[in-house]
Amino acid sequence: MLPDFINPTLVAHLVLIFIIFQILVLSAAFMVWMERKVCAYIQDRPGPNRVGPAGLLQPFADVIKLLMKEDLKPRAADTFVFWLAPIISTATAFAAFSVVPFGSETTLFGLLNEPLRLEVTDVNVAVLVVFAIASMGIYGVVLAGWSSNSKYSLLGGLRSAAQMISYELSYGLALAAVVMLAGSLSLREIVTNQSGYWWYVIPKWYVFLQPVGFLIFMTAGVAETNRAPFDFPEAEQELVAGYHTEYSSMAFAMFFLAEYINMVTVSAVATSLYLGGWFGPLLPEWLGWMWFLAKVLFLLFFYVWMRWTLPRYRYDQLMEFGWKWLLPVAVLNLIATAALVIWLG
Amino acid sequence: MVSLNHFLILSGILFSIGTVGVFLRRNLITILLSVEIMLNAVNLTFVAGGRYLGTVDGQIITFFVMTVAAAEAAVGLALVIALFRHKETLSPEAFTSLKW
Amino acid sequence: MDVVAFYIFAAIAILASLGVVGQRNPMHSVMLLIVSFGALAGLYVLLDAPFTAVTQIIIYAGAIMVLFLFVVMLLNAHTEDDIPKTVLGPRAIRIGVLLSLLLGLEVAYALSKLGITSFTTDSGTIAKISSVAQIGVQLFTTHAFAFEVTSILILVSMVGAVVIAGRKH
Repeated sequence: MLPDFINPTLVAHLVLIFIIFQILVLSAAFMVWMERKVCAYIQDRPGPNRVGPAGLLQPFADVIKLLMKEDLKPRAADTFVFWLAPIISTATAFAAFSVVPFGSETTLFGLLNEPLRLEVTDVNVAVLVVFAIASMGIYGVVLAGWSSNSKYSLLGGLRSAAQMISYELSYGLALAAVVMLAGSLSLREIVTNQSGYWWYVIPKWYVFLQPVGFLIFMTAGVAETNRAPFDFPEAEQELVAGYHTEYSSMAFAMFFLAEYINMVTVSAVATSLYLGGWFGPLLPEWLGWMWFLAKVLFLLFFYVWMRWTLPRYRYDQLMEFGWKWLLPVAVLNLIATAALVIWLG
Repeated sequence: MVSLNHFLILSGILFSIGTVGVFLRRNLITILLSVEIMLNAVNLTFVAGGRYLGTVDGQIITFFVMTVAAAEAAVGLALVIALFRHKETLSPEAFTSLKW
Repeated sequence: MDVVAFYIFAAIAILASLGVVGQRNPMHSVMLLIVSFGALAGLYVLLDAPFTAVTQIIIYAGAIMVLFLFVVMLLNAHTEDDIPKTVLGPRAIRIGVLLSLLLGLEVAYALSKLGITSFTTDSGTIAKISSVAQIGVQLFTTHAFAFEVTSILILVSMVGAVVIAGRKH
């Protein structure tokens, strides 16, 4: 029905990329709502319930309010870098999701000639690409802190960047242990290695082989995304608002968008590496993306739960924990995994 | 078609830009940055050569060059900090106490 | 398609490197160098070396440049050099600049006299070059000694940096 030169797989792929982008933006909006509702229920109060059914349209009201605000910039700020910093934060947050697979192949009920994989792309070094783009995300924070030309921002930006770099090491070592188990750096292959069951009951997920590694990865992920209990650089009581003190309106919204999408990416990567991706009982494999969504939501709920339950780490406690406790445990985990892989063949 | 010559010429140009930077700039940090440009040009030569010869050794040498560059940048910047603490300036003209 | 991508990345790398050398503000120099590293990573991908490209971003653009950025921000020193004055100034510097430009021209000339040396398109060789497993095997068997020595080198530089830059109580 389409002319010959339009390749239906290419069109389907472009539509898929567009859908993924929109879902990421919507997921950030959903996270705003979920955070406020869960926070409210933990604090024994109803939370937003006026705008839309059960307060579901609250994030849209928040966005409209933020857009209506005035765009401020301190006079002594370096203009180009001041506007570049939120762009870097947001762009790297979106880009990191580009290699995460969230479903197996689909042919859209026979409309396509060849099956379309549910992901943006798959490179053979996908795990390292996620890591590399996460390292680039540090620049958004540190440039925002510096270019605002204010004491609070600079201190917040430097502390935040130092924290992110310190926890990246444990993040990478936990990743290396999973790569050793799977024998490949491609996220799609790591997930397909986790299909199947042992003794027909326990799924072959890596979280059962690497419980310590999973905890290290999630802890380092929380610290990477600057979320509580590691959010000292954003602590309202100590540093006004850290590196985004001087930002208002759309730029502030972009920093928050970047933070929520980083959370979604860390949860999605953790799901692919440890929780078996899109595999799950009961549903056929082509509906696997529903299991993926459920697992990611489970991890995001943990993120929000931790924020509103645990007190904040002080900065020196945070750095000591990252270097003196988490890093040695991650190294020991790597050595133990290597020994097991060699011993069991 | 892109051949080995293209990559080697590009890396030669980058290397000479780095050398010009080391001679021209009178700011310690920019001199270190120019040295990094030179190291990157050499990395590009190695990877292109490895691709031409069909071995993976080019990339392995690159791995070592990157590690050495990291170590050198760390110590170099520590020296810059120590010097700045002493003389409050980043210009190499100020550190002439060993000149006769 | 490959040719277009090569010229785009090459242009970005050269212009960014010229910017690093020519910019007055060291902060802008650091940021332009990060752009140059990104362009080089793109060139590595064109050379069928995805692992080297990603490692370049992680190590160079993600760690070494953050170190440079921290030092530039913390020292907050104003630039003191003025390029026109330097070029018209001491004779040694002018000779040095001329010699480096001459070096660049010589390399370009010599390479253009080389015959056409095209890359192999044998897919078996390409698969061997771009595979991370092959890099790992070579690194841990043929070059194992250099690998271990590198780890000691990093330890030495870490201790050295802390000792040199640390405050003397």
